[in-house]
Amino acid sequence: MTTIDPPETKIYETEALIIGGGVTGVGLMRDMALRGIHCLLIDSKDLNAGASGSNHGLLHSGGRYATTDWETAAECRIEGDILKQTAAECIDPCGGLFVAVEGDEPDFIANFAEHCTKAGIDCQALSPAEAREVEPTLSEKVIAAYALPDATIDPFHITLSNVKHAQQLNDSVYLPHTEIIEFDINDGVITSVLCHDNRTHHTVRIRAKQIINAAGAWAMKVSRLAGCTDVDLLYAKGTLIVSNSRISNGVVNRLRVPGDGDILVPGGTVSLLGTTSDKVDNLDDIHPTVEEVDHILAEGMPMLPCLKDTRFIRAFSGVRPLLQAADAGSDARKASRGFRLFDHQDQGLQNFATLVGGKLTTYRLMAEKTGDLIAQRLGNDQPCKTATEPLPSAGAVRWTEPGFAPRHWYKKNDPTDMILCECEMVPQSAVDEIVESAPGAEQHMTLRAIALRSRIGKGACQGSFCAARVTSHLYDRDVYGHGEGREHMRDFVSERFKGVRPVLWGKQMPQMELAEALHCGLMGLDLTPDDDTENDDEAG
Amino acid sequence: MIAMKQQARHYKTQLAVIGTGLAGFAASIFALDRGITTSQVGNTGAVAYTTGYLDLLGSDTGNLINDPWKGLDALRRDEPDHPYARITNDEVRAAFERFTSGLSDMGIGYTEPGDRNLMALLPSGVAKPTLSVPRTMVAGIDAYKAGSRALIINFVGVQGFSAKELLANFKSSWPQITTTTLAFPDMESGAPVYAEVMARALEVPATREKLAESIKHVLGDAECVGLPAVLGIHNPDAVHKEMQKLIGVPLFEIPTLPPSVPGIRLREMFEQVLPTQGLTLVPQQKAQRIELDATGVKIHLEDSFGDVMIEAHAAILATGRFLSGGLGTDQDTVRETLMDIVVSQPANRADWHRQDYFDPRGHPINRSGLQIDECFRPLNADGTPVSERVFAAGTVLAHHDWVRQRCGAGVAIASAYKAVEAASKVPK
Repeated sequence: MTTIDPPETKIYETEALIIGGGVTGVGLMRDMALRGIHCLLIDSKDLNAGASGSNHGLLHSGGRYATTDWETAAECRIEGDILKQTAAECIDPCGGLFVAVEGDEPDFIANFAEHCTKAGIDCQALSPAEAREVEPTLSEKVIAAYALPDATIDPFHITLSNVKHAQQLNDSVYLPHTEIIEFDINDGVITSVLCHDNRTHHTVRIRAKQIINAAGAWAMKVSRLAGCTDVDLLYAKGTLIVSNSRISNGVVNRLRVPGDGDILVPGGTVSLLGTTSDKVDNLDDIHPTVEEVDHILAEGMPMLPCLKDTRFIRAFSGVRPLLQAADAGSDARKASRGFRLFDHQDQGLQNFATLVGGKLTTYRLMAEKTGDLIAQRLGNDQPCKTATEPLPSAGAVRWTEPGFAPRHWYKKNDPTDMILCECEMVPQSAVDEIVESAPGAEQHMTLRAIALRSRIGKGACQGSFCAARVTSHLYDRDVYGHGEGREHMRDFVSERFKGVRPVLWGKQMPQMELAEALHCGLMGLDLTPDDDTENDDEAG
Repeated sequence: MIAMKQQARHYKTQLAVIGTGLAGFAASIFALDRGITTSQVGNTGAVAYTTGYLDLLGSDTGNLINDPWKGLDALRRDEPDHPYARITNDEVRAAFERFTSGLSDMGIGYTEPGDRNLMALLPSGVAKPTLSVPRTMVAGIDAYKAGSRALIINFVGVQGFSAKELLANFKSSWPQITTTTLAFPDMESGAPVYAEVMARALEVPATREKLAESIKHVLGDAECVGLPAVLGIHNPDAVHKEMQKLIGVPLFEIPTLPPSVPGIRLREMFEQVLPTQGLTLVPQQKAQRIELDATGVKIHLEDSFGDVMIEAHAAILATGRFLSGGLGTDQDTVRETLMDIVVSQPANRADWHRQDYFDPRGHPINRSGLQIDECFRPLNADGTPVSERVFAAGTVLAHHDWVRQRCGAGVAIASAYKAVEAASKVPK
């Protein structure tokens, strides 16, 4: 059966189409590009739009899983060591503590070191006094503590670096806001994939020899579109809150069965406290709530009493896709955190695979296993190279790291390079570089896309000033030319607000009042512009 | 060691105004008019965040209001707790006219409030309804209305203002805009330049001549010229008039991101002029404590020279909201920070804000504040006045949304007018 494409259809050809721009998909993109396989990566939104962009950025030592799942724990340990070697610029090897407070379960505490040893994880017992020397904000009520080699990883830096490297290796391509509409299947082979560009509303047709579904929480939906019924996922919503400044030196875990509000992870200049885990059925409109924030804080305070007076600037939520396990019941935390690769042969498809589950720490291993399958299917005999090949991370992909922009700006010492975002000290040269050459720059860049590739809007003012300044700058640079800059600004601050809303009290309230005075009073973003005829024009 | 602390200062006055925003200064102006001796205290306040436009009522759940007076009539019907529901149109008009003529007399010319809203320019390239604007901005309103050929000027090194952004967003309603970028005289390096610095520089005649000269070079066939609000701090009308004469076509200012010159102008003018008219002003300091007894109120504060105490027959709270510190919040509750007066507010934090930032109904937290009686006295939970001697005015009042309704200046001015009127009747 042939269909005639409408004239505005764009056609792409590639060896491997990867669906999903999370860390799983981009890791696979680079893995295959290193083997010489040309890839096309698509995402219905943008990079890290799902769980990859809404986690705490923890590079697991494995300690967190040592008691419940020692194989996963050992996997984390091995992969963590590889990433520390190959992607050092994206990682802060800050170390971590596991601490118990009065009332925590004695058996769990007593057996922890033995479980770590079984998984091969270096685990050093500390006295409560020693633990408080390492982390002075710990409660006086700490009764047991262990030091483990936990670390943190910047999920945006690692994702952008993977895409950029794949693009440089063999001109692999990334297309944002490109959503699958249907698979054309002929005789057990997907012959082409029809997509919709959610911004330009053009139709996109992609012809690929192999198609890999790495759509994260959306993987079940995508596999069903291809007629496969073997992927069965649970969805667990998790919420985290971000403080205005860094609270701890390293990662602080509660020494108990993983639960809510039991982990504090530094992220450069800030700290992230999490998480919650609630089963959800719907993937749309996931946002943090006041109740979740209050719950995380109440759970975290026994370990870190300073949380009571900490200024929080934002919260965010993501959905963890978890593989449905027979004995999991309704408890999302008991479902498997491991990953699984479906080759879909038993579903009658020869060139389709789905990669789901797993975690940030093991993304490289997941890509390796999948890359092996796809390379073999394509008759490519190149081995996986990601365990040893360093990940380049310079240029337009390095602006997501907290603290990088100010260091760079001071070093450069150019007074004409004006700071557009004062909280995070992001200069206009950073915005120019991102718009020019960051992954996705081939397309028209929205304010949200720029913010995802930098620290813009992530400081205490949460976009009050920088949204307006960056927009003005991009108009001045002729990047925007119609009403679209205003729409992008509206969209950006609306999205930011979803995260700001549940932590609005204390010092953030004046900030919010000022933001609204600027966004509505000065910019009139709540008003309908009388010029609406040009708003649909996305050409820029 | 010599003790640097001076002797405690003690002022006795009829009226104490707490707060140095629009409502506080309006209250002092109205009180001085009535011959009431007045002391005013307050921290820097939020005046520097204003565009300079004085709104009466500009928007009703997202719909722009053309006739604000009719809008007030409708508002009294629909929102009987709104501060405007306690003030007649005649009183609002009298207060507004007195305030704008007072500003003009003190040194910043403002347009007289009319029967209709003006459509004033915003830097994002939209126009918004307002009642009175600085004279330095009038030509822009006229040009927008007439669709005149306007040249909008940007300066090298200015942040958060883009002439091209104005052009792009006004494109269909005002196609005759052109733009250009000039280096501001003696600030040509490309390093950041700030509106306030440019405004102070333009008070020097030589700077004006240089700037006018470079504007004339790029004027072309433009019928008028717009630029960011930088036309002087202390005598903007004179700077504006002279620049206009030098250029030869009407000239107008457009508000910028804070700290904005129109706001700084107002604050500096109030601080300089009102003391010469009899006001005892203790600026840049926040009132720390207030005591009430049968004969009066005592306000305590401290500045770098030592303790200050103001003893008055009556006090007006014009302390503002969260940004100015009149209201504060913890994880569960909104509080009034000076006297812990009960605050009307949503039941839970989850109800403070709506899910959608730009929900046209606005956020319920922005309508929290002090409940008042007909005399603008804040009320206890049981509906009785907190005191016969304490009044409230401005954004600290409950049941209005100054940002979304575009009624901040109007509520400040009108409620100050009413509060002063009521305070003048307090027995001495």
